[in-house]
Amino acid sequence: MHEDVGSVAVDGARVDAPSHASESRPSALGADELVRMYRAMVLTRTFDAKAVALQRTGRSGTFASSLGQEAVAVGIGSAMGADDLLVPSFREQGAQFMRGVEPAELFSFWGGDERGSDFAAQRRDFPIGIPIGTHVAHAVGAALAMQLRGEPRVAVCVFGDGATSRGDVYESMNYAGIRRLPVVFVVNNNQWAISVPRARQSAAATLAQKATACGFDGVQVDGNDVLAVRSVVGDAIERARRGGGPMLVEALTYRLADHTTADDASRYRPDDEVSAQWRNDPVARLRGRLVHAGVWGRDREEQLLAECAAVIEAAVEEYEARRPESAAAIFDSLYAVLPVAYAAQRAELIQRGETDG
Amino acid sequence: MGEQLTLVEAVRTALARAMNDDDNVVVLGEDVGALGGVFRATDGLAAAHGTDRVLDMPISESMFVGLAVGLSTEGFRPVVEYQFMGFLYPALEQLACHASRMRTRTRGRLTCPLVIRAPYGGGVHAPEHHSESFEAAIAHIPGLRVVIPSSPAKAYGLLLAAIRDPDPVVFLEPKRLYRAAHEEVVDDGVALPLDRCFTLRSGADLTMVTWGACTVEALAAADHLAGDGISAEVIDVATIKPLDMTTILESVRRTGRCVIVHEAPRSGGVGAEIAASLADDGLTSLLAPVTRVTGYDAVPPLYRLEHHYFPTTERVVDAAHRVLEYA
Repeated sequence: MHEDVGSVAVDGARVDAPSHASESRPSALGADELVRMYRAMVLTRTFDAKAVALQRTGRSGTFASSLGQEAVAVGIGSAMGADDLLVPSFREQGAQFMRGVEPAELFSFWGGDERGSDFAAQRRDFPIGIPIGTHVAHAVGAALAMQLRGEPRVAVCVFGDGATSRGDVYESMNYAGIRRLPVVFVVNNNQWAISVPRARQSAAATLAQKATACGFDGVQVDGNDVLAVRSVVGDAIERARRGGGPMLVEALTYRLADHTTADDASRYRPDDEVSAQWRNDPVARLRGRLVHAGVWGRDREEQLLAECAAVIEAAVEEYEARRPESAAAIFDSLYAVLPVAYAAQRAELIQRGETDG
Repeated sequence: MGEQLTLVEAVRTALARAMNDDDNVVVLGEDVGALGGVFRATDGLAAAHGTDRVLDMPISESMFVGLAVGLSTEGFRPVVEYQFMGFLYPALEQLACHASRMRTRTRGRLTCPLVIRAPYGGGVHAPEHHSESFEAAIAHIPGLRVVIPSSPAKAYGLLLAAIRDPDPVVFLEPKRLYRAAHEEVVDDGVALPLDRCFTLRSGADLTMVTWGACTVEALAAADHLAGDGISAEVIDVATIKPLDMTTILESVRRTGRCVIVHEAPRSGGVGAEIAASLADDGLTSLLAPVTRVTGYDAVPPLYRLEHHYFPTTERVVDAAHRVLEYA
């Protein structure tokens, strides 16, 4: 059944190209839900563009854009239940926004403020995971907790194609297979691990087939088709929730931007490769569907762009207006109660903070 | 009312007590289930509590401390067993990048109340990579506690404290002492305080500062010195991170002399931190240079050469005489 939503079951021997056909599905979702997803993708793109601009103008730190991969994160976000758990890497802002994380919080995180991971409205999801692949074990541990307590929840862990080269990603998936844990692994295969292309990361025909060695299914999905991502990830989540065990979903997409603002992709990949990939722009694709379904037009588009710009501008204002934490914050969340041994260092920090401003 | 237990039996008794007291306590590691652990520290726990609370792990030493991170952020209190400290190296990334800093990263939203247990140190004629003492490397990671018991009663009380602590604790068990001696342990569920040294023996002429298995040599050296009319105080640091310098400084201010004893290599060891702190805050009380008796800055040897490498009682006694030579 996956084939009609743009995915292909992987048997480890033969792998078909992912289907792009999902034209039959939008009507099943309803126009409101499609618009909600489209808004999340446009908001994500607006956020990313602003975050890059803030970095370029010295108003924020290094940032990882999800340009071109918005359908992966939004598809995941729209497929998850509120009580499920997201364990993200660093290009899942689209899913995070759908789960209650505020743009101002992620601006804060990338702007060097730890409070940006203390999500006000999303108390359980993991913060952005930076060391590649190390967060996969956390998702598996959380899924084990859910299984031990008999909770009808599912952990969803997202990582990149590069992460699949790591031993601990295999170790984590392997254990999830052993216990048939309620966890869904999603590979955002954007074809590049900074400068190393997919072909030089692994000789495996697909990354999805890495699930085979762990005893569960891996599927590929067109990662630029948000409806396909939502459908495949949603099916995997519901299967895991029913006790069907883990699944690996490889979302095939493309990183249209540099790895981060500290990267210069022109040093390792040709511009025409990137411009060709713009033809698969996931935002334009969903917009095309909305137009085709007769629920979208120029007015609504302009209205949405203006609304997203306003939301992001307000978030920037909130981020920039937020008073920095005091120096003592360096110690104040280190332990539940700061050990006496570090009281003098904290006092020194406070004293110097007051003197130096 | 207490029982005479070995150190490893005391560990097992504390684990059983913690599991009985709190359903959120789960034990995981390699061979911890049916086998009861390679040192039998978890013997009987799976039979009592089932394989959902005593979880055998595949050989995935990076993964299962990460697994404990996810369990703990979801409210469990995992106690992770590593078979030997030499196999803990793959866990350092999870400890340094995640367990130790989840509270800081999320400003307290997510926390990791987990315990990593590992037998450490030499002295049991084990193969290569089974005699490591790299506690200083772990103690260098902000946000962790590193706790090392020196006796069965300390193991019982400190392990209970570690499991109940709201932050991650690395609990290193001196395997040379696992079955070396019995001590009365009362299984009353009473924890011992973390972050505090224990003064094992009072003395006026010099202070010996040590932890883990080296308490044996320090106490033996103190006995020997007593025969020469020298009164040595012996401090068991017990929690090497954070360090209780208050107790150590108080002692050294009285004795004016300090010998630090540890099995780990000398350079950059926890002894160096103690000596530096004594220089910072106790210099005017010192009557002699602070001296260290340690393992050497070399790969821990296989067991035929181990006796050359360890801080022996004789080396500790020699060091004591050296610091006493200063008028």
